[in-house]
Amino acid sequence: MKTLNEIQPGNEVIVKKLHGESACKKKLMDMGITKNTYIYVRKAAPLGDPVEIKVRGYELSIRKEDAACIEIERTTV
Amino acid sequence: MKTIALAGNPNCGKTTIFNAMTGSSQYIGNWPGVTVEKKEGRWKGDSDIKLIDLPGIYSLSPYSLDEVIARNFLLNENVDLIVNVVDATNLERNLYLTTQLLETGIPVVVALNMMDLVKNHGDRIHIEELAVQLHCPVIPVSGLKNEGLDTLADTFVKDIGRGDRLHFSIYSENIQKYLRRVEGVCSFCDAAKKEWYAIKLLEKDEKTMEHIAMINADMQQIDSMREEMKAEFDDDIQSIIADARYVYISDLVAKTYTKTRNGMCLSDRIDSIVTNRVLALPIFAAVMYIVYYVSVTTIGGFVTDWTNDVLFTEIIPPFVEEFLISLDCAAWLSSLILDGIIAGIGAVLGFVPQMFVLFFFLALLEDCGYMARIAFIMDRIFRKFGLSGKSFIPMLIGTGCGVPGIMASRTIENEKDRRMTIMTTTFIPCSAKLPIIALIAGALFDGASWVAPSAYFIGIAAIVCSGIILKKTRLFAGDPSPFIMELPAYHMPQLKNVLLSMWERGSSFIKKAGTIILLSTIVIWFASRFGIDDGAIVMLEEEELSKSFLAVLGSGMAPLFAPLGWGNWQAAVAAITGLVAKENVVATFGILFGFGEVAEDGVEIWNAMALSFTAASAFSFLVFNLLCAPCFAAMGAIRREMNHTKWTVFAIGYQCLFAYLASFVIYQFAMISVYGFTMMSALAVAVFVLFVYLLFRKPKSKEKQQQKEYAKA
Repeated sequence: MKTLNEIQPGNEVIVKKLHGESACKKKLMDMGITKNTYIYVRKAAPLGDPVEIKVRGYELSIRKEDAACIEIERTTV
Repeated sequence: MKTIALAGNPNCGKTTIFNAMTGSSQYIGNWPGVTVEKKEGRWKGDSDIKLIDLPGIYSLSPYSLDEVIARNFLLNENVDLIVNVVDATNLERNLYLTTQLLETGIPVVVALNMMDLVKNHGDRIHIEELAVQLHCPVIPVSGLKNEGLDTLADTFVKDIGRGDRLHFSIYSENIQKYLRRVEGVCSFCDAAKKEWYAIKLLEKDEKTMEHIAMINADMQQIDSMREEMKAEFDDDIQSIIADARYVYISDLVAKTYTKTRNGMCLSDRIDSIVTNRVLALPIFAAVMYIVYYVSVTTIGGFVTDWTNDVLFTEIIPPFVEEFLISLDCAAWLSSLILDGIIAGIGAVLGFVPQMFVLFFFLALLEDCGYMARIAFIMDRIFRKFGLSGKSFIPMLIGTGCGVPGIMASRTIENEKDRRMTIMTTTFIPCSAKLPIIALIAGALFDGASWVAPSAYFIGIAAIVCSGIILKKTRLFAGDPSPFIMELPAYHMPQLKNVLLSMWERGSSFIKKAGTIILLSTIVIWFASRFGIDDGAIVMLEEEELSKSFLAVLGSGMAPLFAPLGWGNWQAAVAAITGLVAKENVVATFGILFGFGEVAEDGVEIWNAMALSFTAASAFSFLVFNLLCAPCFAAMGAIRREMNHTKWTVFAIGYQCLFAYLASFVIYQFAMISVYGFTMMSALAVAVFVLFVYLLFRKPKSKEKQQQKEYAKA
């Protein structure tokens, strides 16, 4: 199982599933990260964390810790 | 009176539209008991229509304070209409909230903002189709260019209070069948709100469950429906619903949005430089330097110095004094007016110009989109001790003056982070504390160069340690709030909005904090100018401070400070007058040691200081004054920002206790080399051990973390 925190900047992935039961999961869904959404990992912050991702046409900042609950699949680009 | 609520995502341009529609008739305050800003105004076209600007939110789920506030307002306050401001350049995510607003059963008018940008990009939105699909009016507007706002007003005037809405559901057949079944059990609400409650009941939404009285049999029925639904979709209800909303929205956007552009836009290009791995930190440092330099040292500093040293020293007091003399005013009254009231007002107003300059910059940073990047860049560091990246700004400003520093905490979204930042910001030595450092360093440490840096080091250490300790207490514990933050597209800041935001924040400080500060300075004035002489209460000369009530109070309090090494009443009085303004500490020593006026660093009294203090007790005095309750102006700001008496008392109490214990431990440890190990030393060791324990103990929410790890595995 691959999760979003393992993805290097410059790659695009598709969301498979969100894990956990936390408020974090709900917040991620509110922000548009749901099943089959495309996520482009744009870059990491200067100190390595958080990361900036592009989802549904806008930019989102997310900690690697929180990104670990997003199961993803590589797109074939 | 009709009520219209303005709802929308953060950064959707809601404020611009609110400002355009209410003009100058705005009232700005806080939502009851919380630190979230509340804005209210009357519509320009008809003062019988009240507009409420709800906090910017992404969803109506109950996970953040802003969301809860917005939700409670919409559900409980008889809102007649919602104007949903939607950022047309970010349609997909913005419509997510729209789908939830429609479900509340309140009439909705969608204001499709930033249409000019969409057109500039060469994209097209099929407005009529969008309105048909959403079953509500959709009005294209541009808040920035003031376009379409008249049409928006015409529409809401027509639509307000029109209860008969077309009911439609965005959900697919197989979800709807569950919703209709739950609705069958919901007999407590009117038809328009049924779908909303059905979803909330299925989601087991805590905030909703608290308010609904349902019999157990009905509850059990819903429980079984929930389980059935979970089994059918193989997911939890919240995920099913969120998924379904986005499926509907994706489909809707595909039908109504024609995109022509591709590749990087200007905002992306700016961002690739500004948050670049190598350049981000230097650029950040440069921006912070400019903000600090202009607002604290140059423009803000000049104007503040002018207000303090010229306006409230050379211009107003002589003028008023002359006037009072011409009236033949009683000495006590003219002293009250000059030394109490005018000095008090001056102490408050002195900060105002500096604050306005600072608020101008903060509004600029927020408006152009850089504020979110600051949090992005600094998050890694501040998260370690329980704060967020945005806490950096209040602390930086705090080195100049704690008052605007505390007010700068406004930009932090998370309420716990904001409270924590308000509590700890004044630990950083502000410019008014510098004379105290100079006095102590000069009088007892031969002007040693390590004293001033050590003051900053102690301030930073106090913030870091307090962050770690407080985060582990029940007040601040709980789920670590996820740091999931939008990085809004950069855009040109709008002067009008920036100025308005500056004015709102600045003037609300003057109004609210001014009263407390004024009252406190009058009380201190009375205590320092009156005393008992020959059995009667008399007014004293300035040099007779030692006979005043304040001196009596100081003597009474002195034993309290004896364990810190400075149990003489002069030091106690100086610490109390420091509450009016920290600059007073040095001046008070001047008077008490019989020197009258002294230089800023009190060079005249260095000898007298050296006689009544030892190195250890002086350093302990310094630490206490650095960390304890700040001046009245800053306490006023704390009260204003906490918006809660209990929290204000807690914050100031915590600061005093922390200061007391830190000075105690420092002094008693230093005394071991003089007197050997005594009872007091043992007590100091005990305090220190307790401190270390609080710092390193495992947080309360250990079980939760374990659960999380378990879930991951």
